[in-house]
Amino acid sequence: MQSKAIQVTGFTKAYGDFVAVDGISFSVEQGEVFGLLGPNGAGKTSTLECLEGIRRPTKGALDVMGVDPSRNGRKLHNLIGVQLQTSGLPATMQVDEAMRFFSAYHGVTPRYDLVDRLGLSEKRDSQYAELSTGQQRRLALALAVAHRPAVLFLDEPTAGLDVGSRSELHVLIRELQSEGTTIILATHDMAEAEKMADRVAILLQGKVVVTGTPRELTATGAGFTKISVRTEKSLLCENGIAFPAVHRRLVKDEYTVYFSKDPGPTVSAVLAYLTEKQETLIDLRVERPSLEERFLEITQTGGTA
Amino acid sequence: MTALVNHFAFEFKAGLRNATLLMMNYLFPLGFYVMMGLVMTQINPMFAETMIPAMVVFSAMASTLLGMPTPLVESREAGIFRSYRINGVPAANILLMPVLTTVFHVLIVSAIIALTGVPLFDGIAPENWPAFAGVTLVAVLSCAGIGSLIGVVAQDSRAVVLFSQLIFLPAMLIGGVMMPLDVLPESVRPFSLLLPTSHAMQAYLGYAYGQETLLSPLGAVLVLTGSGVLAFGLAIYLFNWDSKNDAQRGHPLMALLALVPYVIAMITQI
Repeated sequence: MQSKAIQVTGFTKAYGDFVAVDGISFSVEQGEVFGLLGPNGAGKTSTLECLEGIRRPTKGALDVMGVDPSRNGRKLHNLIGVQLQTSGLPATMQVDEAMRFFSAYHGVTPRYDLVDRLGLSEKRDSQYAELSTGQQRRLALALAVAHRPAVLFLDEPTAGLDVGSRSELHVLIRELQSEGTTIILATHDMAEAEKMADRVAILLQGKVVVTGTPRELTATGAGFTKISVRTEKSLLCENGIAFPAVHRRLVKDEYTVYFSKDPGPTVSAVLAYLTEKQETLIDLRVERPSLEERFLEITQTGGTA
Repeated sequence: MTALVNHFAFEFKAGLRNATLLMMNYLFPLGFYVMMGLVMTQINPMFAETMIPAMVVFSAMASTLLGMPTPLVESREAGIFRSYRINGVPAANILLMPVLTTVFHVLIVSAIIALTGVPLFDGIAPENWPAFAGVTLVAVLSCAGIGSLIGVVAQDSRAVVLFSQLIFLPAMLIGGVMMPLDVLPESVRPFSLLLPTSHAMQAYLGYAYGQETLLSPLGAVLVLTGSGVLAFGLAIYLFNWDSKNDAQRGHPLMALLALVPYVIAMITQI
């Protein structure tokens, strides 16, 4: 049994003279949640559409669970589940009808439990056009996973979802992953990618500029760890107190915030200073650079950072 | 098989739930039928002789040319076909199911017209009911083939209206529906042979009513069948999952090949 769920090798997609994706390569392990990140026009959708068999690659090789998407679409359909960013269903198709319709084409029993679980139990007789955007996306997700695909493509899955639905989706993603489903998550929501993805690839102008775990990516950037300290007498708010590795300091809402490249010595020094001055510590927060900050750093420098 | 049954059931219900389709499948043809039955039979008593087949052909055109193509275009543009493709729905089914369900709707309307035309409006019943049913089926399938081809090649809803009206309006004027072919001026008659309604009406008159016809009824049936098969085959060949697809198999002008049987009929009849 192969361990790679997806293998992309030298993949190029061009539309006439415009090269949307330029010779990228990456692989995704089975059971992995893989985040595909990038600004608009980076080539995420073209990559996904070729992996999903909707479009043909201009050059390079694509492999999804041992299947070439452009050559063996029929076999691919039962291996993958796709929640398209702009997927549509016929306006008059009812929720239950959609589940029956697509399940039948996949040759599986309809999963009405998913409809209920994704909060659509009250809407089972409603037509697609009567659903809110969030409900339409939840239905699309239910349809995408109903046939228990080996690989699930999620394109902006939480766009338009409320907090509860988003949380439920994250639980569902974890469940599917624990059952061995490989999940490709294309999103603009960096917090979501950081929380859900085991590894991410950042695409920029049709090229993969960086690949790794969210922690690896944030560790390699020029980002600073944010150390926020609040004390009883606000002693640290006074100017002139220097701590090691601190790049910048600011005071905000009774907190003194230090931006440090090396948070260990900084925190140790702050605590030692407070002990020496017999100052009472009320709150201490250490926040490492977020994936969003790293993403912005990469995209603003054109991938050279 | 379950997938096909589900697909057929959904498309059939869509023909009733969708306001435009409901209008084109039932309200427009039946309303027009009642109006023609009340008014036209009074103005032109000769119309009663061909009212039943003429109104059946009219309902076939309304459903297949004015109703069916627009949802095909809208579904393609709304990304519905992409959802279908990802979930393994074959292109042939996407085109075949609307054709079959539209045929079903037209047959229901045809039955209503055929059964009420005589008692309500003194229409003339067909002499040969099986032949009437057979010609109806061929005519509807032929128009449905053209309708699906229009749905495939039209870029948007406005193009659908244009292409559909290019057939619908001439068919109403010179296609043997409102007046028989033999009363048309000689100069116009060859052009009427480019229209499916002319052949459908000739087949009805020859086979279902046992009348003398200008064209061979068999030739008319063959033209309708040939054009329908060609149109549906071309629709499958030219089918596009979405408008951004860069792998189109043929130029949309290939759709004109569906007219070849009509052109042959026109040339041979001249």
